[in-house]
Amino acid sequence: MEMPAPNASVLSRKDQIVERLCGVLPRDAVISDIAETRAYECDALTAYKCPPLCAVLPANTDEVSAVLKICHDMGVPVVPRGSGTSLAGGALPTADSVILGVAKMNGVIETKYDDRYIKVQTGRTNLSVTGAVENNGFFYAPDPSSQLACAIAGNIAMNSGGAHCLKYGVTTNNLMGVTMVMMDGTVVEIGGAHLDAGGLDLLGLICGSEGQLGVVTEATLRILHKPEGARPVLMGYDNSETAGQVVTDIIRAGVLPVAIEFMDRPCIEATEAFAKAGYPMCEALLIVEVEGSDDEIDYQLDLIMKIAAGHNPVELRQAKDADEAGRIWLGRKSAFGAMGQINDYMCLDGTIPVSSLPFVLKRIGEMSKEFGLDVGNVFHAGDGNMHPLILFDANKPGDLELCEEFGAEILKLCVEVGGCLTGEHGVGIEKRDLMNVQFDPQDLEAQMAIKDVFDPAWLLNAAKVFPLETSQSRRAA
Amino acid sequence: MTPQSEAELAEIIAGANGPLHITGGGTRPIGHTNGAALSTSKMSGITLYEPGALTIVAKAGTPVAMIEAELAKENQRLAFEPMDHRSLLGTKGDPTIGGVVATNTSGPRRIAVGACRDFALGVRFVDGAGTIIRNGGRVMKNVTGYDLVKLLCGSYGTLGVLTEVSLKVLPNVETTGCVLLYGLDDATAIRALSAALGSPFEITGAAHLPNGMDGEPVTMIRIEGFEKSVTYRAGKLRDLMKPFGEVTLQIGETDDGYGTEKGWTWVRDVTCFVDQPGDVWRISTKPSAAAALAAQLGATAVQYDWGGGLIWALMPEGTDLRARLGTIDGHATLIRGKADAPTFHPEPAPLAAITAGLRAKFDPRGILNPGLMN
Repeated sequence: MEMPAPNASVLSRKDQIVERLCGVLPRDAVISDIAETRAYECDALTAYKCPPLCAVLPANTDEVSAVLKICHDMGVPVVPRGSGTSLAGGALPTADSVILGVAKMNGVIETKYDDRYIKVQTGRTNLSVTGAVENNGFFYAPDPSSQLACAIAGNIAMNSGGAHCLKYGVTTNNLMGVTMVMMDGTVVEIGGAHLDAGGLDLLGLICGSEGQLGVVTEATLRILHKPEGARPVLMGYDNSETAGQVVTDIIRAGVLPVAIEFMDRPCIEATEAFAKAGYPMCEALLIVEVEGSDDEIDYQLDLIMKIAAGHNPVELRQAKDADEAGRIWLGRKSAFGAMGQINDYMCLDGTIPVSSLPFVLKRIGEMSKEFGLDVGNVFHAGDGNMHPLILFDANKPGDLELCEEFGAEILKLCVEVGGCLTGEHGVGIEKRDLMNVQFDPQDLEAQMAIKDVFDPAWLLNAAKVFPLETSQSRRAA
Repeated sequence: MTPQSEAELAEIIAGANGPLHITGGGTRPIGHTNGAALSTSKMSGITLYEPGALTIVAKAGTPVAMIEAELAKENQRLAFEPMDHRSLLGTKGDPTIGGVVATNTSGPRRIAVGACRDFALGVRFVDGAGTIIRNGGRVMKNVTGYDLVKLLCGSYGTLGVLTEVSLKVLPNVETTGCVLLYGLDDATAIRALSAALGSPFEITGAAHLPNGMDGEPVTMIRIEGFEKSVTYRAGKLRDLMKPFGEVTLQIGETDDGYGTEKGWTWVRDVTCFVDQPGDVWRISTKPSAAAALAAQLGATAVQYDWGGGLIWALMPEGTDLRARLGTIDGHATLIRGKADAPTFHPEPAPLAAITAGLRAKFDPRGILNPGLMN
């Protein structure tokens, strides 16, 4: 993965830049020591590393504005960073960039249960947003797997999803307003505690723009009352076509589960060895969860069980209590960790129309043999968001490159069947050079034109999202 | 001009030498613009419908009625419940799906499931230079590149002319129930709606009509789903609502009243303002502020939807409602009338600059519905 050559002029002015940043931030909020900047050299896409010029940890919107104004004046690239959990390299620095971390900004600004919103600083972690309201029975719905660590800032940048978005939507559907600092230091308020935009939907544009349009410092988020209860059912099938059909049949029956998760045999084997959740050994396993009161759950699960039973399951198991529910989820929740025990892995994130599931899984299996790399599939089946985990050995020369090549082929397949490169992780650097597969030049031009408006000098996270050669003239300007 | 294809539309726009007035079915003439009429109504038809994937793709000029009929065959629906503006605005013709998306039109269910913009998965459009652009797609989760789908949704044709949209659809429901309270004042009604919306009982409609069908105040709370579940939640809500007044329950379709589809259509289409003289304004704000805001308007009549977060106000002709609102968390749009005020809420300077910048990129010659949104 190529990154642009650092700007020599910026590198040579490091002392001046750091000095000016120290002028607007407390001394301990500017990290310029080479050993210490290593803490910011990568995010969760650990295959790529590069220490930044320096890192800053502002404590509020004013400080972010002051930092960006300086960087704007001095022509210094800025890479915003939430908690650094991006799997797409969204927070990967360049050597000439200032990492702007929001970690210190983690406060709750306002909670209003009557109006069902919470306003937080964006360094706050996803799970602690729910933590702030759960005593009143409320929760924040988007639940990416990294929710214990990931920051709201990163969730907004990547428009993060999670296991429960079939019912509750992704970040953009739960974001009501932001305070954002533009690259030139201008502070803008978009949206608020009300619904929908008065003019153009700039909020919708900001969400998912991967930190390229501005730095979001505060966010107003929709909160909901927790359901009375939730319970999963587990079903196993001897082929993925049948499992795919079951998913379709459940959706068509008018039941809208909160989650439909899918795991294939390699994944089941890995998680069983790791977590011992008691899963059946089969080709395709589904976990379907519904919500409501006990009676409502019984009624919906009964419908789902009937559909499932009609397709000759090798296993059909309903959780009778919280303990059994926990066991059903245990394997799914430890799937990534389990795969990580076997080897290094790359986690893909393409989305496909649900109807293409069997075909795509079959092709992935075939390609796995062609490339000689094992793949486990675990994903959100209800919305077609796949997560193939390709196993490779980072210490074996050439294996990472082979894995990336394989990954690219899978993503191209996702686009071919009418899907997309990324459903919830973002493009970052990982899928940057595949954007031409999904988009025609004029489609990318329209997107880049938007960055021109928000960040004319292309200083914010500029080496991401767009293929380097496509964005070359703008970044060099 | 009524192009039959996207290519023809692109040619017309590229070759245009003056402003264009873009319409779908022409049933939502909100705001003022001038220019040669350009309608998408001849670009019609459902391109793809996959009930098992909950997605439908249709050309922009496809009548909403055609889409709803196709969905009904599979027992599915457009869950955001797009309002039909015809009776309120006194227009005729067929509302199109492109028009719904271009105006981000939703209905009472918006409070629960989201607006049109939350269901819009993909768009194809022609920008002001005549370039055909594609964004999003037809899958439910997609973060590939910037989300121009939402930007185009609600842009009233000013950034580009939609040619095709893909939408997420949802299953229809087995039963609808309604919890009703009569005679509440606005502030109490909104407190009741907030209590309902803050419960775990999945409210899909929360409206207060100070002048209901019979002229008396009625507060309406909708629940939908499987019959057993609706009955259960309706009972729970009845208990929850007791402190606010006497509660009436309606489960399933009845001959008349608010629990029926008729009642919610009445709310959705703001039927109580139809044929009433005056200007119609639409205010989005936070529910807890709504009753006090409405009180200071000096309105002829008001209606609350979205738990109070959406206020419809009927104002004496020519009144600048914004002057009476003052600074609010939210915005007001002039939907019908002659008030000497911008149709859309003026933006603060930094946002106005971004908006102007985006317009200059997507419509450099300023020919797409010029001036409509500013």
